[in-house]
Amino acid sequence: MPLYRKDLLGIADLSAEEINLILDTAETFRDVNQRRIKKVPTLRGKTIINLFFEASTRTRTSFEIAAKRLSADAINISASTSSVVKGETLVDTALNLQAMAPDAIVIRHSSSGAPHQIARLVDAGIINAGDGAHEHPTQALLDALTIRQQKGRITGLKVAIVGDVLHSRVARSNAHLLSKLGAHVSLAGPRTLLPFGLEKHIPPGEGSVAFADSVEDAMSDADVVMMLRIQLERQSGGYFPSLREYSIHYGLNRRRLSLAKHDVCVLHPGPINRGVEIDSDVADGPFSLILDQVSNGVAVRMAVLYLLAGGD
Amino acid sequence: MSSDLLIRNGRVIDPAQGIDARADLLIRGGRIEAVGENLAAAGVETFDAAGLIAAPGFIDLHVHLREPGFEYKETIESGARSAAAGGFTSVCCMPNTSPVNDNSSVTSFIVERAASAAVRVYPIGAVTQGSKGEHLAEIGEMKSAGIVAISDDGRAVADTNLMRRAMEYARDFGLPVVDHCEDCCAKGGVMHEGEYSALLGLRGMPGAAEDIQVARDVMLAELTGARVHIAHISTARSVEFVRGAKARGLAVTCEVTPHHFTLTDAEVHRSGYDTNTKMAPPLRSQADVDAIIEGLRDGTIDAIATDHAPHHANEKMLEFDRAPFGIIGLETALALALDRLVHGGVISLSRMIELFSTHPARIFNLPGGALAPGSPGDVTIFDPDRAVRIDAASFESKSRNTPFDGWQLKGGPAATIVGGRIVWRREREITEQTKID
Repeated sequence: MPLYRKDLLGIADLSAEEINLILDTAETFRDVNQRRIKKVPTLRGKTIINLFFEASTRTRTSFEIAAKRLSADAINISASTSSVVKGETLVDTALNLQAMAPDAIVIRHSSSGAPHQIARLVDAGIINAGDGAHEHPTQALLDALTIRQQKGRITGLKVAIVGDVLHSRVARSNAHLLSKLGAHVSLAGPRTLLPFGLEKHIPPGEGSVAFADSVEDAMSDADVVMMLRIQLERQSGGYFPSLREYSIHYGLNRRRLSLAKHDVCVLHPGPINRGVEIDSDVADGPFSLILDQVSNGVAVRMAVLYLLAGGD
Repeated sequence: MSSDLLIRNGRVIDPAQGIDARADLLIRGGRIEAVGENLAAAGVETFDAAGLIAAPGFIDLHVHLREPGFEYKETIESGARSAAAGGFTSVCCMPNTSPVNDNSSVTSFIVERAASAAVRVYPIGAVTQGSKGEHLAEIGEMKSAGIVAISDDGRAVADTNLMRRAMEYARDFGLPVVDHCEDCCAKGGVMHEGEYSALLGLRGMPGAAEDIQVARDVMLAELTGARVHIAHISTARSVEFVRGAKARGLAVTCEVTPHHFTLTDAEVHRSGYDTNTKMAPPLRSQADVDAIIEGLRDGTIDAIATDHAPHHANEKMLEFDRAPFGIIGLETALALALDRLVHGGVISLSRMIELFSTHPARIFNLPGGALAPGSPGDVTIFDPDRAVRIDAASFESKSRNTPFDGWQLKGGPAATIVGGRIVWRREREITEQTKID
């Protein structure tokens, strides 16, 4: 069963069935990644462009490996700046790519909505690899895969997402995904960095999304704690007074983690700021699944590429 | 542009004189001569307005004509044609050109260019030099050259002391002060702050940013006795502040744009980050739109103005957060007002004409706004019921940045008459032909 859509722009558009399809498909690719010969011919003859307007190591490498293990021809384009700085409009960029007839384009962009604007103009499938503060769907999918492997389910879990939710595409995609699959998501962080109103766009169902009154409230009895990276420039933006204070009041340390369930999992989309949003002994500790997330990233991206670009 | 014209068989509505009757309208020497039944004038060109409404010419208090400096977006000539095609006989152009209209030379240049334009063009001068918000511009000299109001539109006058002085000084010249109300807490924002900015990951401009400055301006109006006009009002609280100011008898007026009474911030989401949903002030929440509608109904809002803000297609082809603010509005305003407000049961036709003509003339103290004998022969003729399909490709404006392309609306302009001369009329035959094909 393929995914009946041209693009993967965000989790908000997906149904629970579609999400589960991607996760189940990713499980089969996890097996491929354990083999000695980690390559299948599924996407032979397909062209995939990785178009990264924003610096990324993990996500870009993960997509590239995923494409190559599926035997697709993967081309990386790094435009470290937006189209406008190059003197080309976003529309021109899209039309130029279209002229090269790729089967899928993976886009990372610092502006929210840029993949949506491009998707309207090109025939190729557009995969959003992170757009501004909007969505990062494959990150949420790999997080869900990681949680599902560890806990055996998503439904009914309490998940705390803590930190700079306002600027986090990871938090948005996870809030959509986890609530669609029946988890209860609690968002917490400094009030200056919480996008109130987001919860109004979570359709009522088994799961839920709510803003917690404090980090402690969010973490108490949590099955999963997901810490968000704090961008160092937020301090100069006046969102909080100092990294020191941030770490003391909002960071994840062993004391705060003890509020969660005894078998809690700790996730972080990386790259981590050790000693700021997460202490090293937690990041490297027994509850941390941070490296499993990275491994699962490749499997999830193989699944997405296969489901979107695999059809004839 | 003086001329004679007899407009026959129309329904003449002139709120200033309390006229609403089937009548003829005679213009001689560019001025209204008579309104009455079965007027006869030998040898005078006639316009058959049967089935149509004839109203005092519409006046747009807020447009950007982009000349001098940004002629690739719009010129005084193209903007005036766009105005005529939208049923406007007069427009007031904001000073954020390049150079800024902050001195009498620029004002004179605009006035000179406007002399051959399709409609009357009245320049608005800057409050401060370069609209930088630091030093008062030569307001008196600009007044002598032809400005009708002052504004640093596009930016707020942030310094309260400077705004106070501007209001006091403007009183000496009888000029209203028009403020674009946006406190610095909107800085960096690209859409209304609320549930949709949270969902879309776009930086928000809270409604409070407008409220704070409107509240301040109301207080300064009280302190200085100045005539203060709030540009493009968009929030529920701002409407409340203006309502309160009027109740206290202050000379505070306000205008609303068609997009702010028609669309909400949900449109940014629905359209998938269409940059034609990006403007300042931004599209607001449903609660704000409801309050705007109430303000239109109860008379708190004085005028409909378009904030016609042309941008070249290339400039809007950017990422949402990098695209410029603003949309065009001259050729969609009347259809939106008729469809949403009149057919939507919010206001009467007569009230709509007040918002487009009677009040704007009073607010900026302009000629027109009435069909009394001796008034300028400026008449807007429109069909309140015809089906209109908005087609941006056919606009007279040089720009196409509208979120209303393809909309089906009820009602639209039929002809625009300035000083007794028909400067625009709908090509009825062609339109009907197209319909058959």
